[in-house]
Amino acid sequence: MPLEFRDPARAAALRDALARATARVGRERVSLMHVCGSHEQAIAKFGLRAAFPPALDVIMGPGCPVCVTDQPEIDEAVALAAQGVRIATYGDMVRVPGTAGSLADAQARGARIDVVYSVAQAVEIARATTEPFVFFATGFETTAVATAAVLIGGVPPNFSVLSAHKYIPPVMEIVAEMPGTRVEGFLAAGHAATITGSATFEPFVERHALPVVVAGFEPLDILAALVKLVELVGRGEAAVVNMFPRCVTREGNVNAQRQLWTVFEPIGGRWRGIAHVPNGNLRLRDAWAAVDARRRFTIDAASLWRQAPSSLVRQCICGHIMAGIASPADCALFGAACVPDSPVGACMVSSEGTCRIWHEYGGVPDLRGAACPS
Amino acid sequence: MSVVGGVDVDRVLLKHGAGGRAMRRLISETFLAAFATDPPERAGLLGVSAMDDGGAVRLGDRWLVMTTDSHVIQPAFFPGGDIGRLAIAGTVNDLAMMGATEILGLTCGVVIEEGFPRADLERIAASMRAACAEASATVIAGDTKVMGVREVDGIVINTSGVGLTRRLIRDCGLRAGDRIIVTGTIGDHGMAVMASRHGLQLDSDLRSDVAPLAALIRGAIEASPDGITAMKDPTRGGVAGALHEMASKSGVGIEIVDAALPVRPAVRGVSELVGVDPLFAANEGKAVIGVRRESADAVLRALRAHPLGRDAAIVGACVADHSGTVILDTGFGRRLVAEPDGDLLPRIC
Amino acid sequence: MCLGVPGLVVEIDELTATVDFWGVRRRVRLDLADEPVAVGDYVLNHVGFAIRRIPPADVETTLALYEQLLKEANADLMAADVRGEIDAS
Repeated sequence: MPLEFRDPARAAALRDALARATARVGRERVSLMHVCGSHEQAIAKFGLRAAFPPALDVIMGPGCPVCVTDQPEIDEAVALAAQGVRIATYGDMVRVPGTAGSLADAQARGARIDVVYSVAQAVEIARATTEPFVFFATGFETTAVATAAVLIGGVPPNFSVLSAHKYIPPVMEIVAEMPGTRVEGFLAAGHAATITGSATFEPFVERHALPVVVAGFEPLDILAALVKLVELVGRGEAAVVNMFPRCVTREGNVNAQRQLWTVFEPIGGRWRGIAHVPNGNLRLRDAWAAVDARRRFTIDAASLWRQAPSSLVRQCICGHIMAGIASPADCALFGAACVPDSPVGACMVSSEGTCRIWHEYGGVPDLRGAACPS
Repeated sequence: MSVVGGVDVDRVLLKHGAGGRAMRRLISETFLAAFATDPPERAGLLGVSAMDDGGAVRLGDRWLVMTTDSHVIQPAFFPGGDIGRLAIAGTVNDLAMMGATEILGLTCGVVIEEGFPRADLERIAASMRAACAEASATVIAGDTKVMGVREVDGIVINTSGVGLTRRLIRDCGLRAGDRIIVTGTIGDHGMAVMASRHGLQLDSDLRSDVAPLAALIRGAIEASPDGITAMKDPTRGGVAGALHEMASKSGVGIEIVDAALPVRPAVRGVSELVGVDPLFAANEGKAVIGVRRESADAVLRALRAHPLGRDAAIVGACVADHSGTVILDTGFGRRLVAEPDGDLLPRIC
Repeated sequence: MCLGVPGLVVEIDELTATVDFWGVRRRVRLDLADEPVAVGDYVLNHVGFAIRRIPPADVETTLALYEQLLKEANADLMAADVRGEIDAS
């Protein structure tokens, strides 16, 4: 079934439509932003940027939960691991560096880290042991609902959650409000919208007069959504359009929403590279204090969060890069003090980060060249 | 402890063994410095500086090829094979990649953790015997050590091998216009092991492809003795890693076509589920072969005639542009294939 | 936010379904599904939980949506051609 959305012939037609729509806007540059690591992954995996018209700039915003998990949050997990607490987490979190190394580094020093595919798996592992067991919970709302579901379903007494979950809609506000931002429209993440519904974006669209198109993740989904978004930009029309109706409805998944907000509440927090995002973090409500690792264990969170950012971090311009105001080449740290092996900012941490991609590929290569020899 | 940007640079890390950039850096900074010959290459000797699948010494009108491998895979028994079969196949295949499909002898050294079940050891030995028979090779020397509990993890096997070949095939001989062939489906071993190691709880028929390739490669070479220009077995780092090394050592660019890559449906399925690219997953029963354009069909036919090469396919070609880089035509666009760096980990995003 | 993968439900055991993804099967929790799920349904899976029952009709609707988009885009192109002709005459 999903293969129906990878038909190269339809993709070619959509690609042509996108080129024409962009030409009709009639400007040298049209800047759009997506806020989802999986959109960047799909665009990169299918090489779609090589097929976009030159005037179209599709920027990756702060949509990778791996990237935006800040150092102090990693430090909390690493500190717990160093204290001898067994930690389970998703695979892509293991290598994110904190102030003094990552969970992988802690593992090299003897800490017990379990990589899991699902939080439900972490609960199963915890059930089979009596030792303290903490799930380092990362991911946006699409992933947070799973954490909520297992907590509501009941967990063994040794199990608790260290929540670094985040909530995406508030960061779109930040990007839209950044002085000098050139973003003219947003692609909204289809899987997060499956949970929250497309109506979530209506207040944002009204406030900022910027169009939002909810997009899926297959090549056809992304191309079609971009065609629609470019058309809206061209007409100056601020609207929410759902181009992923097989998964997204206006009201979203009410059952999942109910469970999410039963367990979590939004609070302000620091995102790596973006600084403070009001209502951008998901914290366990007081009613769930018993399974909150921050309340069960003594981690000196206060001093971690008060740590003044290092001089390197102060020079990091990831926030501007995500807003489309700057490029990696504008950053003094890029390729020197900030490299994939020792990243300073969010954009270099993730395999989908702008700086990481630039660094690996030596800049954005022109791949619109000749086809492969037959 | 020196920490640079949060990374302890005074210690060896897991990624230094993963077959990518970090490992090559470790090797060149530590081991090449110690073992490189002066000059690095001279007539009649292929040493560590070449960082090829093996080393070689001229012996009359032939080359004596030598290679060594240590095997630390966990779990020791995985779908499709075990550490014993892996040990024999790994060494046989390294020799075959240099052109040495006539194997003079193998060695086998084991380091075993106290408490390791005797029955498991018997199974591993039996696997090794079967793999030797498939490769027409024999273990002629060995060594055995036992260490205390948790002083070593289960079992570590080192194998070395010696073979002869008239023509030494390197991994740096590609020229623009050469075709790239893979001898079968890609990513099988790495995906099977990753799925079972990380407890992804997947029910599938994912199996390692671990197999000795001496006979398969012998047939390919016989079909075109001078047409094969480079070979490499895409173990850690996958096909992506092998292509990157071949491209940069040869000074060419490589362009591959996604639609031409042979991938088993279960491997594609796992790839979609956990976001790991089959191009980066290890293969233990496959080879990447560079071949002159005019010889490609003959080599392909010879490969497909053998049971281990039924799914062999031409997947791309070498170009003079973008030397050292690998580009993938996805069918929807084009993109660079990154250099692998570190172990495969399932991702959520 | 990510890696939502569609699969086919082949078996259900209370709140857990066995889902087939290209021949690979995994158990998926149904706690978060937006509608009751039955064998033969497609679901969107994320980290081991079904977050959406994908109605088969919606697959068709999506394809129709893309066709419509292309038709409109072509119509705009034709309109531009016509305008061009009018302006030129």
